[in-house]
Amino acid sequence: MPNTAVENDNTISIHPKKMIEIIDVCKSFDERQILKNINLTVYDKENLVVLGRSGTGKSVLIKCMVGLLTPDSGSIKILDYNLTAINKEELNELRLQVGFSFQGSALYDSMSVKENLEFPLKRNLAIYERQKLHELVIAALQDVGLEHTLNLYPAELSGGMKKRIGIARTLILNPKIMLYDEPTSGLDPITSGEINELILKVREKYNTTSVIITHDISCAREVSDKVVALVNGESTLQGTFDELKKSENSELKQFFNY
Amino acid sequence: MAKIGTVKEILITTAEVYDFCKEFFVKAFTPPFEAKEIIKQCFSIGNKSFLLISFTSLLAGVVFTKQSQPSLSSFGAESWLPSLVSQAVVRSLGPLITGLICAGKFGSNMGAELGSMRVTEQIDAMEVSGTRPFSYLVVSRVIASTFMLPILVIYSDAVALFGSFIMVNSFNDTGLLLFLNEVSVSITYLDIGSSLIKSALFGLSIGLIGCFAGYHSEKGTTGVGKAANTAVVVSMFSIFIIDIIILQFLNLVR
Repeated sequence: MPNTAVENDNTISIHPKKMIEIIDVCKSFDERQILKNINLTVYDKENLVVLGRSGTGKSVLIKCMVGLLTPDSGSIKILDYNLTAINKEELNELRLQVGFSFQGSALYDSMSVKENLEFPLKRNLAIYERQKLHELVIAALQDVGLEHTLNLYPAELSGGMKKRIGIARTLILNPKIMLYDEPTSGLDPITSGEINELILKVREKYNTTSVIITHDISCAREVSDKVVALVNGESTLQGTFDELKKSENSELKQFFNY
Repeated sequence: MAKIGTVKEILITTAEVYDFCKEFFVKAFTPPFEAKEIIKQCFSIGNKSFLLISFTSLLAGVVFTKQSQPSLSSFGAESWLPSLVSQAVVRSLGPLITGLICAGKFGSNMGAELGSMRVTEQIDAMEVSGTRPFSYLVVSRVIASTFMLPILVIYSDAVALFGSFIMVNSFNDTGLLLFLNEVSVSITYLDIGSSLIKSALFGLSIGLIGCFAGYHSEKGTTGVGKAANTAVVVSMFSIFIIDIIILQFLNLVR
């Protein structure tokens, strides 16, 4: 994992840079507490997998990381921004540096693939020159291996293709952090494997730090540097995939052995 | 407990409506403006409702004239037919018919379109990529409907009067020029002005209600249906309320 060197008098200490720091985050909906004092840290160019059963608050956690939901208490620091004390302009600045790949891909279905990818370029970077737009769109599509889908509409794409296009649409803005919400859900094992490879390839090429929300054990094994298991809304179980696999926690054991 | 829950929901919705309208008025007058999207929406609104408004207005003109003719002719006032019809069409029928058709046609469309975008997380995707979905989706649609309604009302009035002319001509061979002369004498600038202002307010309310219903749609497919339904019902209701308020105001002015 690449590190940041910090010079201090005669000694050189190596500190990995913290990209995401979540401290004591709680979130409830009505009477139901979903997240209970979540604590986690993600370092530069690290792939962190948040693993857990359906309904344990994984998607709630990742939505809190981009300001789609507001935590009831605790703090979320992403890059140099404190998400719990941030104004709208700063939030927009932060969002330009964070890519979010949705569980259902969330492609704009009234637009073609080309228009989907051009949309953030036009609206965020004010790029309107046709040649430039075309080059950037083709480059992003080549990264996900789908340049032939340029003029297709989302309804004409398979589930795996939609996921890849969704990732390409976020990559086109060169984010520093990628958040993946269930990247392999609803896909066959072969396509899931391809998506896992793509997640690793994205880190190599774009130097991104990633948070991957999943309940897919093979996805967690293949892409993770570190795993956080959410059990009953708590994040007490953290470590590498192999460390967690040896955990004595009954729910986690059941999860790994299923 | 149920009553407390209902009161709480009403208060929350009121606050959401207030925030939504405030955000619309702030963003409508703050650059960057969504000129391209507004033009696209204007075309879509005109294109979607053009045929329906044509047929409905023509029939309204024909039927209203046909219904009024026996009453007027019974006391020898058939020559007042163009005057009566034109005042009714310009002051009330034209804006009301156009408003109701537009509420059903593109009010529901806005509710369903934005609702399904909300349900499939497309609006969330725009938000997290910092692409200002409110300006792109809401402001452009509301401005387009506010701008297009008066244009459609002018067209609707013209078609309804043409329908009326066909009937008047069939009763007593009145020529087009004479008919138009009768119409122009009986309609005042206040009638035209109030009709256009009223229709712009209809457009504003249809746009705001349709977009609010869709933008705040609940998750799931039932949420989309509910959003479309709410958009139509509430905007139709608001059209009648606006009509009554403007009518009362005009009665004071006249």
